Amino acid sequence: MKVIVRIPTPLLSLTGGQKEVEAVGETIMEVIEDLERKYPGMKERLCDEEGRLRRFINFFVNDEDIRFLDNENTKLKDGDVVSIVPAIAGGYDKESMGGGDHA
Amino acid sequence: MFVKGLRCRECGRAYPKEPIFVCEWCFGPLEVDYDYEAIKRNFNRNELEKRPPTLWRYRELLPIDGEPSFGLTSGYTPFIEAKNLAEALGIKRCYIKDDSVNHPTLSFKDRVVAVALTKAKEFGFKTVACASTGNLANAVASHSRKGFDCYVFIPADLEPSKIISSSIYGVNVVAVEGNYDEVNRLCAEIAMRYRWAFVNVNLRPYYAEGSKTYGFEIAEQLGFRLPKHIVIPAASGSLVTKIYKGFKEFYELGLVKEFNTRFHIAQAEGCAPIVHAFREGSNIIKPVKPKTIAKSIAIGNPADGVYALEVVRKTGGVAEAVTDEEVIEGIKLLAETEGIFTETAGGVTVSVTKKLIQRGIIPKDEEVVVCITGNGLKTQEVVANSLRSLIKVKPTLEDFKKKIKAGGE
Repeated sequence: MKVIVRIPTPLLSLTGGQKEVEAVGETIMEVIEDLERKYPGMKERLCDEEGRLRRFINFFVNDEDIRFLDNENTKLKDGDVVSIVPAIAGGYDKESMGGGDHA
Repeated sequence: MFVKGLRCRECGRAYPKEPIFVCEWCFGPLEVDYDYEAIKRNFNRNELEKRPPTLWRYRELLPIDGEPSFGLTSGYTPFIEAKNLAEALGIKRCYIKDDSVNHPTLSFKDRVVAVALTKAKEFGFKTVACASTGNLANAVASHSRKGFDCYVFIPADLEPSKIISSSIYGVNVVAVEGNYDEVNRLCAEIAMRYRWAFVNVNLRPYYAEGSKTYGFEIAEQLGFRLPKHIVIPAASGSLVTKIYKGFKEFYELGLVKEFNTRFHIAQAEGCAPIVHAFREGSNIIKPVKPKTIAKSIAIGNPADGVYALEVVRKTGGVAEAVTDEEVIEGIKLLAETEGIFTETAGGVTVSVTKKLIQRGIIPKDEEVVVCITGNGLKTQEVVANSLRSLIKVKPTLEDFKKKIKAGGE
């Protein structure tokens, strides 16, 4: 599946400033692996040492929080938009984000 | 003085003492990092007992560098053995830590704001602000009247008396058309663009430390020991984690001998994301849309929810919720037994305590501290329709006798 991933401001240095990038994967986890191949260093920012999603980063698929879906195993389809949003640092750059979150 | 810097709670990266709150690496929240060895040399029971009864008596354990400049009369609120409430609940001993009479704005928020504004002054901010469900706005508005421009952001549908309790200080009260989580999101966006001190956004690591004093006082007022059980209302979850941290610091500094307190969390059914995660055995706090009369704790997306849940689980506690009807019953029970009129959050805490005793989670032969954090005068609307009606009489003895069949004549 080919999806669009929205990158939050603090991670733009890894994508060379691109606010939206393409990635391939059946699930969120596979998309992260693909991002890591294209933009090395991405995975350690998004996942902890055990490979689990970091607790203070929220992922949205088409504006739905994946905590309401199937978390890192959430299935994706072609054209889905995946937004990566730091949980407590809402509003870095509204244009590039799915939304802020709590503080 | 005793603050080394900030540290990420998740990945442990160190940061300097600045008005920042998020780890740039893993996006976790930043926490104040103290030099406990130095504190140990400067802070002990003898020294403590000589100090004035305010929250600043614990200043070595608070994240300021200079002298305290705000909240100089806040804290050290009454700690009461609630014998009538204990009898009504059927438990051996029950204590109330009563921040409904904290000075000057009648909630535990006087504590956090005292620390946050002292820090805002140290950082050289000219404007202070907050996102609030009411009590925090009251405290920021009151304490900031000298020395800062002030903007408080609240959900537009708050209880009228809570709004007036901010407006009275002549500050800018911004009523946002949305719930608290939306207010908070807006404030986070403003905080990124304006050089303002949002006490619970960019000053949050410092601000939150003020809540520890609620725990320090409980330990001190119990005679330098910690209770077996404590029931704490949870909104963002910060108070729970900070009372825990306060108890732990007293234990590690040798001020109390044992630390085996079980931490219980109280929420309203209409906004109980932490309770839901606890019931489901999950580590993920799923945000909810709040729908409860307990507006002061109606946070659907709790910032410190995961940490609050960890405290409950590792101390053998429970997270429990009660209905809005039970909230009102709780407010009335505390008023009728102990003469303390608390707000809705206090009603939540009293009723959850009752439930935990009935379920045997808090055994009847043990003791419990019930955390009362706000004042009922600010939310009178919620109980107005569930009280006994007035006895109306003409100003004559005859009419009085007709209406009131009481003995004593």
